[in-house]
Amino acid sequence: MLARADLEFLEREVAKLDPPAYTWLRRPETGLTMVRARIGGTGDKFNLGEATVTRCTLRLATGETGVAYIQGRSHRKVELAAIGDALLQSPIFHAAAYRALVEPAMDRLAERAARMQRQAQATRVEFFTVAREAGA
Amino acid sequence: MYVAVKGGERAILNSYALLDQARRGDPAVPELSLEQIRHQLRLSVDRVMCEGSIYDPELAALAIKQAAGDMVEAIFLLRAYRATLPRLGYSLPLETADMKLWRRVSATFKDLPGGQVLGPTYDYTQRLLDFSLAAAGEVAASPEAEVAADPGPVPRVVDLLNHEGLIETHEPSPGDPDPRDLTREPISFPADRATWMQNLARGDEGFLLAMGYSTQRGYANSHPFAGEIRYGTAELVLEPEELGFAISIGDIEVTECQMVNQFGGSKSQPPQFTRGYGLAFGASERKAMAMSLVDRALRADELGEAVNAPAQMQEFVLSHTDNLEASGFVQHLKLPHYVDFQSELELVRRMRAPKAAAPGVRGRNGEAA
Repeated sequence: MLARADLEFLEREVAKLDPPAYTWLRRPETGLTMVRARIGGTGDKFNLGEATVTRCTLRLATGETGVAYIQGRSHRKVELAAIGDALLQSPIFHAAAYRALVEPAMDRLAERAARMQRQAQATRVEFFTVAREAGA
Repeated sequence: MYVAVKGGERAILNSYALLDQARRGDPAVPELSLEQIRHQLRLSVDRVMCEGSIYDPELAALAIKQAAGDMVEAIFLLRAYRATLPRLGYSLPLETADMKLWRRVSATFKDLPGGQVLGPTYDYTQRLLDFSLAAAGEVAASPEAEVAADPGPVPRVVDLLNHEGLIETHEPSPGDPDPRDLTREPISFPADRATWMQNLARGDEGFLLAMGYSTQRGYANSHPFAGEIRYGTAELVLEPEELGFAISIGDIEVTECQMVNQFGGSKSQPPQFTRGYGLAFGASERKAMAMSLVDRALRADELGEAVNAPAQMQEFVLSHTDNLEASGFVQHLKLPHYVDFQSELELVRRMRAPKAAAPGVRGRNGEAA
């Protein structure tokens, strides 16, 4: 969920949680993931193309390790996502972090998906074939 | 043979500066932002991501800006950038059956579970220039329909057809093998289907379109129907080693085309419909459709069909899909070939010399040559 949240949202909400200091175990690194798919959707795997991915690992002063992988190249976002991941593992921060980060992120994604669904469904068509009926 | 030349450094540097100026155009006109390109030229962005073979809309927008809108040059820039990045792994296969859909149509069945959804398409537009776009203006909000909370995944048309066994199914090979990766090892022939899918996925849309078109015009007997086309988002799921479990890190827009083709059957198989498959980053319907036609044509060998059309010939098709290679080889012709040409010149002179010297040879008007 954290990987899918917006940068602005993470920036704002992580700061509010006032997380402890942290040290890097692996600094943010941008690279490529080969995106795979299946032939016909269900058959053998094939390589479709690559996507940019950024990852990092850090440890909070309180001991929890946070790992994050995000799509794209934002080092700041992956850092915030890893802090969030570490906070979610902390007994002290878990409840607050879940409320502040995970729930709203899930709501946003659900709302975005629902809107997409409503707009797409407005373009739903019923095709009918034009055939001469008997006696017409 | 190409012999290197030196010199011209100052001229080259000055041409960089002139190119920058030409790219920017009239400085009195506001400069394009990457956000503008990304949001208002999204189909260009999709094509560059697809053939540049990197899903990153921001990078593709940058490449388009730098290339002044030249798609093939932008694709080149993206491919060159990819060489600077480390490989962090492979994703789990995209679950296109679970896509969130903007569009989903079938030309084979009108009444589909999940419905026919047109989405944002140019198909039914009048193709009349809209001069109102020449002036800036607001776009009306698009209508929204009432829908059930979560309709769940929309089934694939080809799976619906399977009940009677009239259409072939695609199952993973035993052991679900990892495909060969063309970014790591060059193609060799004969190539398996997974390998050519990667080749086609990053192949030039124009080339695939022409090849696909040729199969419809009779150069390969294919009789295709668009069983299903879907465009929407699929989740990008990774399984990092250090975590040991799968995480969904974002959405990737893709277009999928399942082409259904007639097949008369063979000694080992009863008559049934066969399938060609196309999948492309972004809203790339023309590309996905062309890819599925070419994929099906390339299966001629496997299905025991006579191979007599260009689109069925692996070496011909797969060696010419890449617009980077094609553009590079064609365009290298304009680089200095002075030594090369000099030697050809010598050769032609020498070939003519004995003739000219031979007695009794007359020119066209009868005078001595």
